[in-house]
Amino acid sequence: MNLSKDRLIEMYRQMVLIRKFEDRASGFYREGKIGGFLHLYIGEEAVGVGAIAALEPQDYIVTHYRDHGHAIARGLDPNRLMAELLGRSTGVSQGKGGSMHLADVSKGFWGGYGIVGGHIALATGLALSSQYLEEDRITTCFYGEGSTNIGYFHEALNLAALWKLPILHICENNLYGMGTSVERASAVASMAEKACAYNIPAVRVDGMDVLKMYEATQQAADHVRSGKGPYFVEAMCYRFPGHSMGDPERYRAKEEVERYRLRDPILAFGKRLEADGVLDEGQLEEIDHAMSQMIEDVARFADESPVPTAEALYEHVYASPNGRH
Amino acid sequence: MAEVTYRDAIKDALREEMLRDERVFIMGEEVGVWGGSYAVTQGMLKEFGDTRIKDTPISEGIIIGAGIGAAMGGLRPVCELMTINFGLLASDMIINHAAKLHYMFAGQMKVPLVVRAVGGGGRQLAATHSQSLESLFAYVPGLKVVMPATPYDAKGLLKAAIRDDDPVLFIEHSLLYPIKGEVPDGDYTVPIGVSDVKREGSDVTIISYSRMVHVALEAADKLEGEGISAEVLDLRSLRPLDMDPIIRSFMKTNHAVMLEEDWRTYGIGAEVACQVYEQAFGYLDAPIVRCAGVEVPMPYAKNLEAMAIPTVGDVVRAAKELVQ
Repeated sequence: MNLSKDRLIEMYRQMVLIRKFEDRASGFYREGKIGGFLHLYIGEEAVGVGAIAALEPQDYIVTHYRDHGHAIARGLDPNRLMAELLGRSTGVSQGKGGSMHLADVSKGFWGGYGIVGGHIALATGLALSSQYLEEDRITTCFYGEGSTNIGYFHEALNLAALWKLPILHICENNLYGMGTSVERASAVASMAEKACAYNIPAVRVDGMDVLKMYEATQQAADHVRSGKGPYFVEAMCYRFPGHSMGDPERYRAKEEVERYRLRDPILAFGKRLEADGVLDEGQLEEIDHAMSQMIEDVARFADESPVPTAEALYEHVYASPNGRH
Repeated sequence: MAEVTYRDAIKDALREEMLRDERVFIMGEEVGVWGGSYAVTQGMLKEFGDTRIKDTPISEGIIIGAGIGAAMGGLRPVCELMTINFGLLASDMIINHAAKLHYMFAGQMKVPLVVRAVGGGGRQLAATHSQSLESLFAYVPGLKVVMPATPYDAKGLLKAAIRDDDPVLFIEHSLLYPIKGEVPDGDYTVPIGVSDVKREGSDVTIISYSRMVHVALEAADKLEGEGISAEVLDLRSLRPLDMDPIIRSFMKTNHAVMLEEDWRTYGIGAEVACQVYEQAFGYLDAPIVRCAGVEVPMPYAKNLEAMAIPTVGDVVRAAKELVQ
């Protein structure tokens, strides 16, 4: 592992920040300040943080609607992320996208998308643009295992393999597509096997372990960057809360959730850092405290931000308006 | 000025734009080795190579999806869908993605994508290959939809579409490929969102687009022989829709026939007529008459198909009843 102490600590900080961001978002939702759907990344922090830490700053990232964690891991401003969730003009998408549609193109973060699997097609095109322009850049696309049953997934894998596109697929297998378990939705239990059907090298990783995620992603990214074509990582993970807020969770037993909570990726990483002498108990607590403070500020910034102006309703329908619409 | 076919005008636009801008490339089914299902891209693989002329598998979702992604990444893709009917397989990409991204992410990304497709009937291709689906797409804010009728407009509008920063659906008509028309030498564009008067007249306004413009012009010739002066308006762009020349014409003639190949109910004419009523009700001498596709899935048999598509006779009859 080629991670410095500082980077390890930074990864831990990000995971804690994501957890606290999500907890606060959940609070805002219950207060009625966040509308629409809210999909939390709690329990899956190791996947996004480990994977994104292994990417280069010039790389592109495209993700699904459970996108807060990836956005934070990529270094998007948490203030502007929370403001987006609250539908404020200071949000990353100026309040027009909401929780499912976070983006900051200046950071190569091309967005969260709400149509299951649709963004895999867009990511394929972004990778095509890099190949065409001969850029040293790969595109990483995150999606849930539920997306592997959609036509886009198969069209995208086929084309990426055919054209040797610089795209890294990271499938977050959290065992449920909304409330339908993977064995009730997919004829093939291993998503990695589906990638093999298109001659794409694939690996299955413990997505509850941030360092394993980092390592697997780094190897996969090296392969893609060297021009050998796509790579597929299946991250085995688990979301602790429901699919979205208000999920009655009739599809899984409480005991199952508890069992996974014992493997909490943040606790596990904290213990590992302690055991390796990177951080002691007091320092772990300090980080926890600092992230809590930060989220207080983030929440205040978002809550005090203005709503979009009425003019914003008509802005950005077209990039080059001509004639009348 | 040279006489050029509609097919060659489109090809010339593609070639010239590819020579002008290296970011422009073509992707789609049978665009390369085959030379295009309607022979539009013939010879272009040899001229530009397979990086810029990309044959794809029959996967409409990824053709348009990858086109959108490539456009986001700074390229100017022209995706060919063979026919607009297959566009339904990519309609999620066109409607849920291409049309939305600029707005949903507050201007952070642009989608300078052109989707070329053939629409309309008349070649005995039956129900799933003969549809006029333009109103489905013209309904969606964020998209631009153009349907040129002449070689001049086809070339100019396609160049404008390729240079445009928004997703543009460029719908061609297979029966128009062999028609000839004057096209100037050198570079020009036809602006998107500007209707055009194709023939001046004073008694009745015939509003149309795509192949039906030619039906309208033929009808206008016949009407002239019967002492009725028809003005023919070509919408050219369905979104943005330019109503000004139509309203001006209607204020002069006080009568209008809407001629369209798509189905009447919820069709393009419904919107055009409504806007005429809203903007020029006081100038109305009679209700607007719609000549449109018959509301059935397109049949295969030649005689039945002919009955399902508006004819010159239909337009002449409608205009005469309206004026007299």
